[in-house]
Amino acid sequence: MKFAVLRFPGSNCDQDCIHALNAIPGASADYVWHKDTSLAGFDAVVVPGGFSYGDYLRCGAIARFSPVMKSVKEFANAGGPVIGICNGFQILCESGLLPGALVRNRGLHFVCEHVNLRVEQHDSRFTNAAWTGQILNIPIAHGEGCYFAEDETLERLRINGQVLLRYCDEQGRAADEANPNGSRENIAGIRNEAGNVFGLMPHPERACDPLLGSTDGLHIFKSILKG
Amino acid sequence: MITPDVIAKHGITPEEYERIREILGRDPNFTELGVFSVMWSEHCSYKNSKLELKKFPTTGPRVLVKAGEENAGVIDIGDGWAIAFKMESHNHPSAVEPFQGAATGVGGIIRDIFTMGARPVFSMNSLRFGDIRGDSAEARTNRRLFAGVVAGISHYGNCIGIPTIGGEVYFDDSYAGNPLVNVFCLGVLRHDQIARGGAVGIGNPVFYVGAETGRDGLAGAAFASRELTEESKEDRPAVQVGDPFREKLLLEACLELLASGCAAGIQDMGAAGLTCSTCETASRGGTGVEIDVNLVPKREAGMTPYEILLSESQERMLVIVNKGEEDKVRAIFEKWDLPYAEVGVVNDDGMMRVREGDSTAVEIPARKLADDAPLYSREAAEKRPPAPLDLAQIPEADCLAALPTLLSHPSIASKRWVWRQYDHMVRLGATVLPGSDAAVFIVREANKILAASTDCNAIYCRQDPREGAKIAVAEAARNIACTGAVPLALTDNLNFGNPHKPENFLQLREAVEGMAEACRKFDTPVTGGNVSLYNESPAGAIDPTPTVGMVGIVEDPKHITTQFFKADGDVIILIGEPGDELGASHYLLAIHGLKAGPPPRLDYDRELAVQNAVRSLIRMELVASAHDCAEGGLAVTLAESCMSGEKNLGACVEIPSGATRADIPLFNESQSRIVISVKPAEAAGVLSFLAERGVPASQVGTVNCGNNLDISTAGKSFSWPLDELGETWGSTISRLMED
Repeated sequence: MKFAVLRFPGSNCDQDCIHALNAIPGASADYVWHKDTSLAGFDAVVVPGGFSYGDYLRCGAIARFSPVMKSVKEFANAGGPVIGICNGFQILCESGLLPGALVRNRGLHFVCEHVNLRVEQHDSRFTNAAWTGQILNIPIAHGEGCYFAEDETLERLRINGQVLLRYCDEQGRAADEANPNGSRENIAGIRNEAGNVFGLMPHPERACDPLLGSTDGLHIFKSILKG
Repeated sequence: MITPDVIAKHGITPEEYERIREILGRDPNFTELGVFSVMWSEHCSYKNSKLELKKFPTTGPRVLVKAGEENAGVIDIGDGWAIAFKMESHNHPSAVEPFQGAATGVGGIIRDIFTMGARPVFSMNSLRFGDIRGDSAEARTNRRLFAGVVAGISHYGNCIGIPTIGGEVYFDDSYAGNPLVNVFCLGVLRHDQIARGGAVGIGNPVFYVGAETGRDGLAGAAFASRELTEESKEDRPAVQVGDPFREKLLLEACLELLASGCAAGIQDMGAAGLTCSTCETASRGGTGVEIDVNLVPKREAGMTPYEILLSESQERMLVIVNKGEEDKVRAIFEKWDLPYAEVGVVNDDGMMRVREGDSTAVEIPARKLADDAPLYSREAAEKRPPAPLDLAQIPEADCLAALPTLLSHPSIASKRWVWRQYDHMVRLGATVLPGSDAAVFIVREANKILAASTDCNAIYCRQDPREGAKIAVAEAARNIACTGAVPLALTDNLNFGNPHKPENFLQLREAVEGMAEACRKFDTPVTGGNVSLYNESPAGAIDPTPTVGMVGIVEDPKHITTQFFKADGDVIILIGEPGDELGASHYLLAIHGLKAGPPPRLDYDRELAVQNAVRSLIRMELVASAHDCAEGGLAVTLAESCMSGEKNLGACVEIPSGATRADIPLFNESQSRIVISVKPAEAAGVLSFLAERGVPASQVGTVNCGNNLDISTAGKSFSWPLDELGETWGSTISRLMED
């Protein structure tokens, strides 16, 4: 399976995604420049983390207008799998591919640390290699990762089973103390209604090597490979 | 126009002015005077410190580019790979505007690294502030500075995507009003990728690329070379504003440019901006450079040549392009959406010539400007050894209470509040996270594992600068050894007060000589660094702070070792003597309010034996944890080993001591000590290995899964609940900063 890793000016997890994906048997990854318009030959799209366009104005707000995003929308509308990580999640929300928004962390500080995530739903294109209720240890690193959506939207996400990951404690409880950024309902990752677009604040590419303390990120990428 | 008053305002002495007249064969014009003032500032010329810096060892089999030759030294790490690293200060800007001061410090050091052709892979920092405890106006100011500096580093480093993986933060009254912000960056490159900063090739065009030049940061180098006063706030225009996004584009564009082979030379515009980059490239190339300021991209209209040349706007580079390759270069800059312009040409007359259209604004022999700044050996005060410590005058503290007090001292307390704000995991390298003795980082490009540590105990240096500087090097090497790595080389940042005061100059000289001696002993050449003098506030000079940033290499991932205990039942071994030196200790500072007595002695042979032994044991895979014994002595070391892992582990320890008071064995800071833990079955073998090598060691206790740190010594027994120690150690800083 061939992954396109988008490269915006200011992307800074693009190289990490390439490294992590190319180390997974069955996966290969290559860069796609933000000025390119073709995703031909790719089976999946990764919108990586970073500070696209410096995140001036608002996180992800400028990236949505870049030429490549038009192709990503077409790719997604045609059912292709798209995963947005951190800034990539912000871009997918700004582009309207995912509902809600990501705002400043509750504590106002940037937070970089390992967190526990509870898999809410293994019946999805992005979590089928895990099981429902499984706890994944994956790092976060963001200043604006507080997921916000209106009550109705949250209701719809719940009903449709679109929430795939929630921040939780070691016992798997989605407790407030385990919420690193104030996200509503401890939401760490959601998919779209069709199920082929996924955004998450944690960085699975940083949890694919035992030397980095966790390999739980592989569950996410392997799920995409399983299809 | 050039009156004695104008000359004095530029910080140029009458003698220096005469020298300028001799170089030019005439009086300088106003712009030229400005150019000389920044190039001959301490920040750019090291005029008060260069004679001392020559004492450092700078060569070695691994040194590919020596200190001072280029923007940063380059060290071989094997298999055709090399690293470039350096540390630099941004103290004065951070005192006036902490967020931007620190942010642009990070930006500047990153540029120094990619200017060498290296991809920056991680950063660290060494920070000093006044006391952040209490409700005084001063404490509030110190908290504001601390919060601002951390936020500035976090902002710049996180955005550009270079992980900040470690460092140190100390709090002491001597830094009130004059914080220290020393930033470190390391990059990786192939041997054949080393880029040079010379203007070579007569007729080659000179390109300017990066942010437009504005009026920000005017003459910042000169500002950094003065004492901070009440009026320094008015110097706020001398502080630059950073744009990490711009720098990220500049970084990618420059690395692409250097890989293309189209560049003959490259130089960043840091201190003294366009002035420094033009005359230094010409001087290195043995050529002349002529530029036209009318062609320079500018942020605002009406800027004079003086302002354009002295601006320290950030995120700018000067590139000497191989003639004929201009179009390829333009295409790269356009790909990355960067402003650029062809601003001049390399010629053979040795002059730095600046035109403004048809008129000549500056014409100065480049080499004399760049390399012939006056050098001074300032008057040094007479050396006075520190008075011996009279223990009879120091009552034994309540040791049960003293340990939590030490652990809650902001200098010793956990810095999690700080490093949680830094993205330390990007680039997939941080295999040992911040909070252990040294950071350990996998450089993916080169498939190498590096360890890095910054160190300086300024109380030691205050009491005895020579011994303190030696210990800074030894401790850095010890921290590196504890991770399983071999030290390679180091960079230094020498922070001192006004060198015109004899007692300050003595500190500088003593520290340099001590550091130089230690570098020879540990076989770690100095790859470059930075000198920051004039660190004074109205209350006086800072404690001398010669900070060391050392890098080592781990040969096998199996050797990577951390400081915290691993398993119930493991045996705790103290390598080195229990020690008895309380002088200059944090115990005296935190409990008795004293900076007194001589710092502990450093015995090189002992130190090397201890470090080598620990490294050997680690390589034999016998060591579960290794932790250097430093501030707060053995008690703090043991507490940290219990508490700094994912979950607390208890320990039961007996420290052998002939002392009649417990504070000596618990809190003394004698050197050359490392606490390791090993599997019970290995303990006897480890002890006999150490004995065979003549390294003193003793089995002092065991790790347990209880919730206490129990220590008995000097006929007394203590038991500290780890929950309580952990709470005070772990949350002190966040409580001070968030409440």
